[in-house]
Amino acid sequence: MSPIGLIATWLRALLTGWFRAWHIPAVFVDILAWIVGGVVILLMITLIALILIYVLRKVAAYIQGRIGPERVGPYGLFQTVMDALKLLQKEDIVPAGADKILHTLGPVVFFFVCTMGYLVIPWESQATIARQVDLNIGVLFLLAFSSLGVIGVLMGGWGSNNKWSLLGALRGAAQMISYEIPMLLALVCVVLMAGSLSLEVITEQQKALGLLSWNLWKPWLWLPMILFLITAAAEINVTPFDIPEAESELVAGYHTEYSGMKFALYFLAEFSNNFLVGLIFAVLFLGGWSSPFGHPDPLYLPEFLWLVGKAMVVVLFLMWVRWTLPRLRVDQLMALCWKLLLPAAFVSLVIVSIVGLYL
Amino acid sequence: MLAIYYGPVATMVVLSVAFAVVSLALAYLLRPVDMYEAKLLTYECGLIPWGEAWSRFFVRYYIIALIFVLFDIEVMFLIPWAVVYRKLSTAGGEIHLFPAVEMGIFLVILLLGLAYAWRKGDLEWA
Repeated sequence: MSPIGLIATWLRALLTGWFRAWHIPAVFVDILAWIVGGVVILLMITLIALILIYVLRKVAAYIQGRIGPERVGPYGLFQTVMDALKLLQKEDIVPAGADKILHTLGPVVFFFVCTMGYLVIPWESQATIARQVDLNIGVLFLLAFSSLGVIGVLMGGWGSNNKWSLLGALRGAAQMISYEIPMLLALVCVVLMAGSLSLEVITEQQKALGLLSWNLWKPWLWLPMILFLITAAAEINVTPFDIPEAESELVAGYHTEYSGMKFALYFLAEFSNNFLVGLIFAVLFLGGWSSPFGHPDPLYLPEFLWLVGKAMVVVLFLMWVRWTLPRLRVDQLMALCWKLLLPAAFVSLVIVSIVGLYL
Repeated sequence: MLAIYYGPVATMVVLSVAFAVVSLALAYLLRPVDMYEAKLLTYECGLIPWGEAWSRFFVRYYIIALIFVLFDIEVMFLIPWAVVYRKLSTAGGEIHLFPAVEMGIFLVILLLGLAYAWRKGDLEWA
């Protein structure tokens, strides 16, 4: 058992004992555990977003032959912390004639949706503080919440009463709903081979021989894998697909009229979505928390470190793509989805269902 | 029993909304307020905004949105099928084609619809 699992189990046992002594129903141990888990997830998301923004700026800088942030703290490490503090103190401007309620609800909904996905990520082989039970509908749960993100974008874009925002939001809605279908089909392929929706089970199946038993090496899953990577990049709006924002065309897209903390919430959500995609990819194709050197881990590292490390690799890959490829035009974007990715997704479903018969 | 599984979900719903609300409230307490008319204008390349954004607007993709709904529902059928597919088709150590054929018929009918929409030009962004 890993240190985190041990601490969680110990705390739980301790609390159960105390609560029994104080004659408080045992349900409250659970409720307390849920609250602590939720708070841990939220803190983790904030931390990850701060780190990722810094990493993104550094990576972008190096790819473009610049240095990037370097003034605040050693190597500019505190740059994003300062940015967050600054955003907290900024004026909140709601344009005259905007829909105040929608304008405020937009970032809240967008943020809420992106945090929910973290509930089903299996950080370790047993229950952890952040994930106490394995939801057996894992993949479905992720998809259900990821498809709600578009509502937050639409609320922000419509509520601003700004033409750029509206254009960005409507394009974003078209993009996000279109790319969802190839993504769903790619995930269905993985689910079909695994025979389960639970991310825990999917990870378990890839742990036996370490690196060699990852889904990454199974040729019949290559097409779904590529499809998932492309469509996930489109779902989180990174550059080849950043139509909703498109700085050089739409000013800032749906968040043109946002400032201060509302803007920060949109950004927080965007970066935590980015990491969530890395985590999902790591779980589905790179063996999740299992060590690449076989099971049990010969290095005795905490399992969640493997998961986070693999997710980071995926996120870095997406950043590399982001600073390499130019933005697609909006009609090219829709054509790519409906005329190339969707048929490809059906082909991969056929391939996987034939392979699934014989394996 | 359900509470064990969905208790964390319900708690998370409350907590993440609370996080957003608390951070907005914190910013409300910390920020300066200095509003004047020009600051409240929407951004339109520095010019005085012309008309409202909430006007008649050509939503180009409403047919795509309809097709999306169809495919989304279809995937909802696919997910339970995918979960049991290998168990059903290899039950008793033999290979049964029934699950594959049945879903195949369903998908072909659906793809005919997609082909029709494609032919009609509904997938174009124009």
